[in-house]
Amino acid sequence: MFDFSIVTQWFHALLLSFLPEGVAVFLECVIIGLFLLLLYALLACALIFMERKVCAAYQCRLGPNRVGPWGIFQVFADVLKMLTKEIIEIRHADRLLYNLAPYIVVVASVLAFSCLPINKGMEILDFHVGVFFMMAASSIGVVGILLAGWSSNNKYSLIGAMRSGAQMISYELSIGLSIMTVVMLTDTMQFSQIVERQADCWFIFKGHIPALIAFVIYLIAGNAETNRGPFDLPEAESELTAGYHTEYSGMHFGLFYVAEFVNMFIVAGMAATIFLGGWMPFHIPGLDGFNAVMDYIPGFVWFFAKAFFVVFLLMWIKWTFPRLRVDQILHLEWKYLVPIGLVNMLLMAVIVVFNWHF
Amino acid sequence: MNALKHYIVDFFRALGSLLVGMKTTMREFFTRKTTECYPENRATLKLSPRFRGTLTMIHDEENHHRCVACGLCQMACPNGTIHVVSRQETTPEGKTVRVLDRYEYNLGSCMFCQLCVNACPHQAITFDQEFEHAVFDRSKLLLKLNKEGSSLKKQ
Repeated sequence: MFDFSIVTQWFHALLLSFLPEGVAVFLECVIIGLFLLLLYALLACALIFMERKVCAAYQCRLGPNRVGPWGIFQVFADVLKMLTKEIIEIRHADRLLYNLAPYIVVVASVLAFSCLPINKGMEILDFHVGVFFMMAASSIGVVGILLAGWSSNNKYSLIGAMRSGAQMISYELSIGLSIMTVVMLTDTMQFSQIVERQADCWFIFKGHIPALIAFVIYLIAGNAETNRGPFDLPEAESELTAGYHTEYSGMHFGLFYVAEFVNMFIVAGMAATIFLGGWMPFHIPGLDGFNAVMDYIPGFVWFFAKAFFVVFLLMWIKWTFPRLRVDQILHLEWKYLVPIGLVNMLLMAVIVVFNWHF
Repeated sequence: MNALKHYIVDFFRALGSLLVGMKTTMREFFTRKTTECYPENRATLKLSPRFRGTLTMIHDEENHHRCVACGLCQMACPNGTIHVVSRQETTPEGKTVRVLDRYEYNLGSCMFCQLCVNACPHQAITFDQEFEHAVFDRSKLLLKLNKEGSSLKKQ
């Protein structure tokens, strides 16, 4: 198993050989930040491209295929176009909050993004309470969305933002419950530890029935959390033009758009980490030869393969189901997902206590 | 108790219907895509049979058409795209009949509504699949649909 901490330790030693420690650490932080933002932007491009291709396939089309081979440069062309557009400041808007809102959304999603363990030794933020930190960081995004809707001075933006607030705050509950179900099985909240504990078997197999139910609940709630799929009524085009980002133009709109897609990746990556073993290769206890072969595939390949698989599941859901009404969304959450999540948690507790898991 | 039963039954029914939907879209995901990559597949391009390209007059091998120059298509046309120019001729039996001289069609103002084709009592005109209409001069859009030297098909 390739351990990325070898690279980081070598680099740290290299910097220490000619720099004082404080400067070296600062420099490392800057470099990691740059790589994080680069990965963030590239992932957003990849996800937008994937979204367009997958959506096209579900609608019996080919999708973008003109710019570059199979249209892979289409998204880059779109980004360039977006960067050249004017950022319009509307009159009677709350200038400060209006300009601040997209950055809050992006900062929240970058924070949550940096919690994902991509490879062994490649965790950027790895706390003992990593799960809590990730959920707290991703919830900051709601503030940005509410601010965007409020400061735009537009009733559609405000309605979209309020719907988004109601929806994201309720579905946070289901996400928390389903993650807690797994945390009960792992007895740790540190992401690196969560992945390490799946070395013998992924949690979705280890925790069998309750883990599977928690996975499904997590997918539904995650879709709602990112304002996508059948839960995209904060930006319901036919009713609210574009919801909370109606009044935004240029790259400010681009930031909302990018954050939405990376949030989807964060949800998928979190599902991959918690339920499907993160960067941990597919291991079957007892088959040592098979496990050794699987270890030759580096961890980040496993991680991205699993995350993109979950992204595909999310897109499958999105392009299958029609949009829900706001009362139906809250009905689904409070009358179905939360009770099922609670019962599921109880079931997991029983299974853990009697040691019925694998 | 009844409410609980309803709750559970509804839950599983809803789950079933959601799965049916997901199965349907997954089947659609793998079907052959209908997109035509147009300039590349120009030779093998398949258009649907009802596609309306250009108005044409049907001619058989002996250069006969079926237009009796009644002018119903010209009257049906909302845009004044069609002008049927006819002349009077006397047959050997001494009857005076109207004969098509020129069937003028302005492609530039046609909106492909098919009212002319529907109005024609003899099925003399139809829309073919030719759709590459771009030209550099508007006068090239003024077409004459009856071929040179063609005549009315004898019944």
